[in-house]
Parts: sequence; C-alpha cells; structure tokens
Amino acid sequence: MEILDFEFMQNAFLAGFILSIVLAVVSFFVVLRRYSFIGVGVAHSAFGGVALGSLLGISPTLTALGFAVIVSNAIGYVGRRERLSTDTAIGIFFALAMALGVIFIGLSDKYNTDLFGYLFGNILAITRTDIVVVGVLGTIVLLACNFFFKELLFVAFDSEVAFVSGMPVVFLDHFFLTILAFAVVISIKIVGIVLVSALLVIPGAAASQVTDRYAPMIAVSIGVALISTIGGLIISYYADLASGATIVTLASLIFFIMFGVGRLRKRQRGASI
Amino acid sequence: MDNIPYGRRFPVRSAAGSFNKQAAGLKNPVIAELNDVWVGYDGKWVLKSIFLNCNAGEILGIVGPNGAGKSTLLKVIIGLIQPERGSVSLFGKKPGKEARLDVGYLPQISHAERSFPVTALDVVLMGIYSRIGLFSRPGRKEKEIAMDMLSRVNMAELAGRPFGVLSGGQQQRIHIARALCSNPRLLLLDEPSTGVDSVAQEDFYLLLAKLRDENGLSVIMVSHDIGVITSHADRVACLNIEVHYHGEPDMCISDEVMEKVFGKDLKIMVHDSKCATCHMRHEDV
Repeated sequence: MEILDFEFMQNAFLAGFILSIVLAVVSFFVVLRRYSFIGVGVAHSAFGGVALGSLLGISPTLTALGFAVIVSNAIGYVGRRERLSTDTAIGIFFALAMALGVIFIGLSDKYNTDLFGYLFGNILAITRTDIVVVGVLGTIVLLACNFFFKELLFVAFDSEVAFVSGMPVVFLDHFFLTILAFAVVISIKIVGIVLVSALLVIPGAAASQVTDRYAPMIAVSIGVALISTIGGLIISYYADLASGATIVTLASLIFFIMFGVGRLRKRQRGASI
Repeated sequence: MDNIPYGRRFPVRSAAGSFNKQAAGLKNPVIAELNDVWVGYDGKWVLKSIFLNCNAGEILGIVGPNGAGKSTLLKVIIGLIQPERGSVSLFGKKPGKEARLDVGYLPQISHAERSFPVTALDVVLMGIYSRIGLFSRPGRKEKEIAMDMLSRVNMAELAGRPFGVLSGGQQQRIHIARALCSNPRLLLLDEPSTGVDSVAQEDFYLLLAKLRDENGLSVIMVSHDIGVITSHADRVACLNIEVHYHGEPDMCISDEVMEKVFGKDLKIMVHDSKCATCHMRHEDV
C-alpha cells in the first residue's frame, strides 16, 4: 500500500494504534466518572508545558507531562474542598496553564511553528523516539488501569460507599488523574491539545450507548477509538486534511450512529416488555 | 450499661446467629454513640448538641424534615464528616477505617447510577473488593459468597440483570446484599424509602427485621417519612438540627416535639404496637 511507504505514516499508524487502546480504556473511566471536562482542562494545561519546554530548549513532551500531572492533581485537590466545585477548579487551572503558555511563547525570542502542531496535531512530527515514549507511557497507563480496575470501578460507581467500605478513595482519585495526564500527553502529537479531549470522551460515550456491562463497553470503546484513529489517518492522508480534526470528526460520526442504535434498541426493548 | 439514659436495652437477642455470640462477649451493647456533637457549615450549625446512641441488635430510626441534618448525622457516625465539638464512638472506637469495615452504608438511591454498566452481581461483588486486596480480581469463591447474599435478599434470579434496569426496590435489595458481603454489624440507611413503591417498602423493612433478628444486625436509618420510621424502628429520634425526642416509637411523641421538628402545619398519625396492620406485620416477622 502506497500509504505505508512513508515512514511518517508508519509511525503515525503505530502511535495511533497504541494510543487508541490507551485512550479507549481511560475514556471508559472518564465517562463513568463524568470527568469529561477535566479531560479538556488537563489537555489544555499541556499547552503551558509545551511552551515552557520550547522556551527552555528541553523536551516539550516532558514539560507537558509535568504540567498535565500537576494541573490534573491540583484540579482534584481543589475540587475536593467544600467551597469549590471541580468545575470551578478546572476553569481556573485550565486558563492559568494556557496563560502561562502564552507568556512563555512571548518570552521565547524565536517564533516556533511547532506550537501549532502541538495544538492541532502533526503526524509529520512523529519520530521513532515518540513511538517509544507513546509505547512506554501507554503501557504504564494500561497496566495501572488493569491493576486497579476493580477499585477504580467501585469508586466510579459510588465513591462514598467505596470509602466507607475501606477503599483509599483519595489516593485512587489522584492516581486516576495522573493516568489521565499521561494519556493526554501521548496523544498530543497525533490529535493535538485542542482535540485530544474528544478522544477521552467519545469512545467511552459511544460504547455506553450500546452496552450495559463493563467488559463489552471497554471492548466497544477500543473498537471505536481504533476505527476513528486508523480510519481518520487514512482519510486525512488521501483527502489532505488535518489528521487530528479528521480523527475527531470520524469519532463523533460513530458516536451519533451508536447513539441512534442505542435509542432504537431501547425502544425495541421497551416494546417487547 | 447503666449510664444509658434512655431507650430499650437489648442485652443479646435470643434468636440464633453468629453475631449474638460475638455480642455476648461485648461489655457494652451500645455500638454507636454521639456525645454532644456539633457540626457547623458556613457559620451555621447543622447539628447542635446531639446526644444519641444505637444499641446492638436494634433498628434506630431518625426522622426529620429536609435540611434537618439527617444525612450529615449518618456521615458523622461513619467519620465522613468530623464534628467541630463533641465525640463520636463507633464500636467503642473513633470512627476510623477499622471501625468502618464493620459498617454497611446505603446511600440515597441516585438515578445517576442508572446507566452504570454493571450487573446486579457485579454490584454485590463490590462489597467484597476491599477484602480481596489490591491487584486481584474476584474469583469463584467470591462469586459464590455474592450469590449467597443475593439469595438472602431474594434476588438470586436477577443476578445477571443490568443494575440500571432494576426497580428502586430491587436496587435497594442489591445494595443490602452488597453491604452484607462484608459481614457488617451495623447498617446505615439514608432515606431508604426514596424511589421505592409501598409494597417493595414493606418487603424491605421485613427483610431488615429478619436480618436484625437472625443476625443481630443493628440498623440506623434516617427518613423524612415519620410513618415509615415509627412503624419499623425499635427506637426513634426526632431530629431538626437538635434531637427533640429519643425513645420508643410506641410512646406518644408529643405535639410539641412534632411542632419543633416539622413545623406547625403538620398533622401526624403515629403508629404504635396496637395499630392493627403494624401488629400483624410484627407477628409475621
């Protein structure tokens, strides 16, 4: 296939494959915990990190990871206080990290075209080193979700009940927020900061429309993410469109189809009772 | 024991059950005690000078209108909220992690859970999660325990059903089965009548009475529904920021207390042991 002749496309497909699985699993918990807006906040906070990295001349991935981890945990910490809602905490940290990003760009004497790639994704920029980073961070996220699966599920179901029955709820909250930050950072190069939150929500949300058990929901979520990412990359290559935007548009399309299927099934089930 | 100022005393119930042997070894039958507890929020007292106790093997009903501090009170008992003044003791200890392991907590039924992708059995299994430790998944043994608990609440047939499609009453039984998995000595119920039709409510309270009699389980439930509380609790506390009454439901709760708790425009018919329908129900149990 002509599309696979290019090394950058091979890299993009490989990275896309790994991050689809990672984002789909994380998305399962994001949807169940109603963390969609936290995903948006954490993704945008990575912008501050990327700008800082390019200002200091160190790896933007590393600084983005630092920013995302700090901001996601700060949102969790502040949101737990009685006087502030998580919503408000996200609004504050999201804006602060973006503002810092703009300041860092201003301080940098060179105009860095790469920043646009970080905002909207740039598959041409994916190197073999990036694949290794995506592979390592992705594996950490998947292993973490696997090890703490039942605990994360219980806390998502009812955190108060989980706490009373002896679950370390506060630790699990911060643990998951850190995983979320990892997942965001590995997706930035393909989908971009602005659009990555969509992939943290859509696969899980689409799967929830057609399943009512957690194992099938995770499987369908992975399927949706894979079809969107791989399909989106192919379409963007042939139609010469932005890869991140194409992936997210395709994912949204799949969501609407599954939403319709879910409604239909519900109606049929209702009629049969 | 002599310092208990009020209420029926339950030495140890005569019905068979493992808990009774355990209870026989306890010096103090009071399993939860609040001593002059004050809780404030935003400069206002939500709970004022609460003295309350729950004995082993009894159903304590706490009744009061919305905003009376009922849910806060439950959270204070399990240590989710720390009081500003006063002391709380749960099984003779401060309500910490260790004491909480002996408590089953049933929150108000929330419709937000409706689409959660778990079966009835999955929910019951959650009750065993903290016992099997990190990294491991529930196996055959755990599933057997969960099925056993489902049978105890007559829900074994619905084990494979998605939790969200079950009725309010069925969900409540699943929650009870989940709570029972950890072998609790005390159940805390927050508004157990919410979203449950009256027939399912009756069945539910019969189940509670059965668990109390057979397993020596203690129950603290809060509700705004005075009818429910007075007909199913062994002792009642009327709460509206302060406790206005703490005693047996058979005894007449004065108009003055009712007015303090619910306001002036309320007419209440209090059930007592002579009430025909309740009497029948007590016999059934």
